Amino acid sequence: MSKRISILAMLLAFLAAFPFSMSASGNDDHNENENLDVKEIIFEHLGDGYGWEVPFAHVYRIPLPVIVKAEDGKWFCFSSGDLTEIEVTENKETGKIKKHLVPVMKTIEKDGKTYRFMLAHEGSHKDKVVELFPLNAEETQKAKEEIANDNGKVAEYIIEEDGTYYREYRPLDLSITKNVAALFISALLVTAMVMGLVRYYRRRGLRAPRKGMGFFEMLVSFVYYDTIKSTLGENTKKFAPYLLTCFFFILTMNLVGLIVIFPGGANLTGNIAVTLVLAFMTFVVTNIFGTKHYWKEIFWPDVPLFLKFPLPIMQVIEVFGIFTKPAALCVRLFANMMGGHIIVITLTLLIFIFAAFGTGVAGGATVVSVLFSIFMLLLDVLVSFIQAYVFTLLSALFISMAVVKEHEHEAKEDETYPQLERRDRQEIAEEKSAMKKLANEMDA
Amino acid sequence: MELFTPDFGLVFWMFVAFILLFLVLAKWGWPVIIKMMDSRAATIDQGVEDAKQAKEQLDNAREEAKKYVVEAQARQAEMLRDAARMKTEIIEQAKNEAADAARKEMEAAKAAIEQARKEAELQFRNEVGKFSIDIAEKMVRTQMKSDKAQTELVNKLLDEIEKN
Repeated sequence: MSKRISILAMLLAFLAAFPFSMSASGNDDHNENENLDVKEIIFEHLGDGYGWEVPFAHVYRIPLPVIVKAEDGKWFCFSSGDLTEIEVTENKETGKIKKHLVPVMKTIEKDGKTYRFMLAHEGSHKDKVVELFPLNAEETQKAKEEIANDNGKVAEYIIEEDGTYYREYRPLDLSITKNVAALFISALLVTAMVMGLVRYYRRRGLRAPRKGMGFFEMLVSFVYYDTIKSTLGENTKKFAPYLLTCFFFILTMNLVGLIVIFPGGANLTGNIAVTLVLAFMTFVVTNIFGTKHYWKEIFWPDVPLFLKFPLPIMQVIEVFGIFTKPAALCVRLFANMMGGHIIVITLTLLIFIFAAFGTGVAGGATVVSVLFSIFMLLLDVLVSFIQAYVFTLLSALFISMAVVKEHEHEAKEDETYPQLERRDRQEIAEEKSAMKKLANEMDA
Repeated sequence: MELFTPDFGLVFWMFVAFILLFLVLAKWGWPVIIKMMDSRAATIDQGVEDAKQAKEQLDNAREEAKKYVVEAQARQAEMLRDAARMKTEIIEQAKNEAADAARKEMEAAKAAIEQARKEAELQFRNEVGKFSIDIAEKMVRTQMKSDKAQTELVNKLLDEIEKN
């Protein structure tokens, strides 16, 4: 135990010393540099990209295919490496070499036409691939006026260094971006795990798997028996594959997102597109398998008449509910995962922010921020599980509410007031016998 | 704001990836795993049930064996008792038989002795009779030597006859 503590202390000392040396050598360099653009760094880490950063080398990217549909309907596929170049700048005074990644224009000749693609520097399509169309003199003039009127907002135009004006067009973009690649990696990981377990069963029959496979099977059985089966009851078999796929896909994406370097690092479930699709799936499943009773509960719920007849108050609420439920699923997962990522990145960035305040402060900040980052990452592992679980549980709940049958519901109602009903029946019987007696007497 | 606007490309690929993953796993993955887990659970339950039954059977068998042992012991005791009884009976019988035989022998002996005694008596009587006749003859001869005595006796006898 004490050995472990000493190792940890050494590690921390090393971490504390690290920025000292860094700032010692790069102090003057730092001064002349522009301030650290925290927001940009955070957004870059949270967002998508056309290439995948090589571990520990910021400017080098693993090229990924860019697939776009140009304005005239032609499809293009090229490497994302063609869209950027490494620009080397040398500081004249200190002789320090800095490397930047700068976007370059990619021109493709096809059927006698020239197509130009580039990463937008700024504007609404910033860092996305756009198709460029050079403007002639007249249009350039118009564009210039427009830009002048827009108070420097260069929305739809790009100005090259040589003074040429280009019109931007955002093509249909089906590129295999960093997130898409990570998506496929996650899907393959899930497939590998599941198929591994299946293969284990094929080979060893009923024997319980050990270690990794055992852990995976434990998760499956936890999700299947304790979450899905206990919620869905007799409908389990029908929906279990969907819900299990959901759970493990989300969990894998969450965890892969927490790994900082190459196979991970993509903020997948913290991206609203991903959670949107997941929530949409649940929405579709819920409403496709919704029973008559489910729809009746929406359009003619069991509430006092004034709540639903002249003004369809309940109906409006229920119809909103159809959409808000999956929307909540989508936003919950997205916000939780993105929040975790933002906190970890911000804590890491603290080191570089505090570097400006001198070596001592930076050293202290490093130790604190590394400890906090580790803590946050561990917490995020927990959150990854919880969010995957919550998504699955709520999906199962929504589905179970949609597939409920009428008689089950009525049976439940009967159970709620059994005494009341019995008493009523008794009273009615008594009344009837009393009436009969009366009638007999009258006859006599 | 770009964080909150879903990118079409990613939505498309996510859709494709999810559908593919779902189809693959729903066909070849989850049903196998679920079936396996179910059947394993069933097997384990069955095993527990079997073990319980086996234990019950074992207990029953043990009890039965105990019962048999007790029964056997009872039978053994009975047999021993029977044997003892038979032994005494046989001895008794033998004794009786022996006694009978002895008695018969005795009786036979007695009868023989009686016979012998009677014969001896008879013989003795005959002998005694003969002796007494002889003696009487001799006495009579000695007493009747004189005629007077003879006359006297005749008189006496005649008196007696007369008296009667």
